[in-house]
Amino acid sequence: MGILEVSNVNKRFGGLQALGNVNLDIAQGTVHAIIGPNGAGKSTLLNVLVGKLIPDTGTVLFDGVSVLGRKPYEINQLGISRVFQTPEIFGDLTVFENMLIPCFAKRDGSFRLHALESIAAEKGLIELAEHMLTEVNMIDKRHMTASSLSRGDKRRLEMAMCLVQEPKLLLLDEPTAGMARADTNNTIDLLNQIHDSREITMVIIEHDMHVVFSLAKRITVLAQGTPLVEDTPENIKGHPKVKEAYLGEAAA
Amino acid sequence: MLGLSKKDTTFLLIVIFLTLATPILLQPFPENSALAQFNAGYPDLMQRFAIYGIFAIGFNILFGLTGYLSFGHAAFLGVGSYSVVWMYKLLSYNVLPGLILAVIMSALFALLIGFISLRRSGIYFSILTLAFAQMSFNLAYSVLTPLTNGETGLQVYTNDPQVLMGPGSPSSPHFFGIVMNESAKVDIGGWQFTFSNGYYFCAIIAIIVFYLSLRIFRSPFGIMLRAIKTNQTRMSYTGLNSRPYTLAAFVISGMYAGLAGGLLASMDPLAGAERMQWTASGEVVLMTILGGAGTLMGPVLGAGFIKYFENIFSKINDNILHTWFSALPDGLEDALVFMLHPFIGKGWNLTLGLLFMLVVIFLPGGLIEGGNRIWGLITGKGRKSKRAVKDNDHHPKPSAHVN
Repeated sequence: MGILEVSNVNKRFGGLQALGNVNLDIAQGTVHAIIGPNGAGKSTLLNVLVGKLIPDTGTVLFDGVSVLGRKPYEINQLGISRVFQTPEIFGDLTVFENMLIPCFAKRDGSFRLHALESIAAEKGLIELAEHMLTEVNMIDKRHMTASSLSRGDKRRLEMAMCLVQEPKLLLLDEPTAGMARADTNNTIDLLNQIHDSREITMVIIEHDMHVVFSLAKRITVLAQGTPLVEDTPENIKGHPKVKEAYLGEAAA
Repeated sequence: MLGLSKKDTTFLLIVIFLTLATPILLQPFPENSALAQFNAGYPDLMQRFAIYGIFAIGFNILFGLTGYLSFGHAAFLGVGSYSVVWMYKLLSYNVLPGLILAVIMSALFALLIGFISLRRSGIYFSILTLAFAQMSFNLAYSVLTPLTNGETGLQVYTNDPQVLMGPGSPSSPHFFGIVMNESAKVDIGGWQFTFSNGYYFCAIIAIIVFYLSLRIFRSPFGIMLRAIKTNQTRMSYTGLNSRPYTLAAFVISGMYAGLAGGLLASMDPLAGAERMQWTASGEVVLMTILGGAGTLMGPVLGAGFIKYFENIFSKINDNILHTWFSALPDGLEDALVFMLHPFIGKGWNLTLGLLFMLVVIFLPGGLIEGGNRIWGLITGKGRKSKRAVKDNDHHPKPSAHVN
């Protein structure tokens, strides 16, 4: 029994079978990568996982609770955080204010209003936000406007915003897309460090094999909407079917 | 002090001083000088500054913070006015019950309109609010005549019950005996200053609601609203449903508008349907953008600017222009007057429109941005963001960047 169970998920867009009979069982505390060529259904699968798309058949259970048909904020309240392909942060706000928002948001989604209480009075939350910013090495940038950060820093900030809520599951959609090599390596280190310190379950959708093999404990290869193989990175590397479908080499 | 940072306290004290000193500050020219017509220190106009200031401050809580552009706020202005006049008719000329009812009624209206309109965002939201405001306007104008007295406008008649009216009660709006349209005139040198009860009543309420908006801006609620404006996707993936927040902001700004409408009727015991017309809704949008949306002082400045133009610029006529340019040769004088003619008097809208265009194109942050730039040039400190980065080592000042 994993933390996230996907069983028999099918999704059609008109004549296109985007997902066919997807079964996934993601174990608690692992880093699970989903890879596959363009159009393999990775993003569709991710959107099903966060309840944005409702599959034609099948179920998605998170911690024994169905996520289907829930609104994004309800999904988050279950304990799933999502990192986007393009970092979704509050561009007009400062880095520090960005961190405060997830700190204000309670896990049960209750209405934290405090229309007249000044931010400075929220002592505990400020410490929490500062602590998290220190962990991702961004404390010296806290007064910068978030939209003026570099791509790598935006990603760090987004990750910090997700992590401060202590999610049970972190979904990462191509976390290093559009990044320079140095930034990519920084991100990999950061993710490894996060995983080591919190035992958090991560699902990564990624194109870059370097990233996948540096992070993943288990890999699922998706091709034409169907899982081809699921195995450890070592076995995937040499798997003939994977080479044929994904790495583009002729079967040896 | 009062739950504000040191910087905000100073800011608030400056605002209080400026507001209370308005009757003096807006009277810079001696009574008999040629420039006396540019003086704005007479009660009618100053009351408008304060009242429309309140309207714009409230509108800014919705538009400036959440980015939801309501085109129907005049509806709440009208609801406020009608509530106050009804309290005159039923109870007495004391404005207090009316103002309380105005705030409650506009809150209820805002709750209903907001609940429906906030299901959509962007242009659809604007159109929905506009539709509601126009419905209210047309209802007030025709169908609801028993309540609103239709196109005549609601006013107090001698046969109204006015159950709380004693024999000695004032027969015009008052606040526990302080009659609104009474004023004290002080002559110093060539200057004449008018200190009117009505203005100070509006001014004190304006200061209180300004303080409230300052607290909202600096609160966790305020930061949530700004987050909604910036990125709703991240907001929902942070586990926050933005609807209750936007609805709360909508209701708060509706209450501000209702209060402003109530004050309009407190100064002049009339309420007409035209107060709900879309032009009135558009005006507050102009005020907020002209002054600087999302800034604290901007909307008030914008309101003052527009009301000043409406009342002062519109009074300049060709004769006045002729006296100004009388030193010039006749032909040149006539040519100048001819050229300026479309921009003055009834043409004040044209001047305002041109100024609005200039501000939007060259100062997207409104008059406040203009002020900041000039201040930057004077002090030579350059842009704020550069200073903010240098400020790293200090303790966090998380809210310092909204002016």
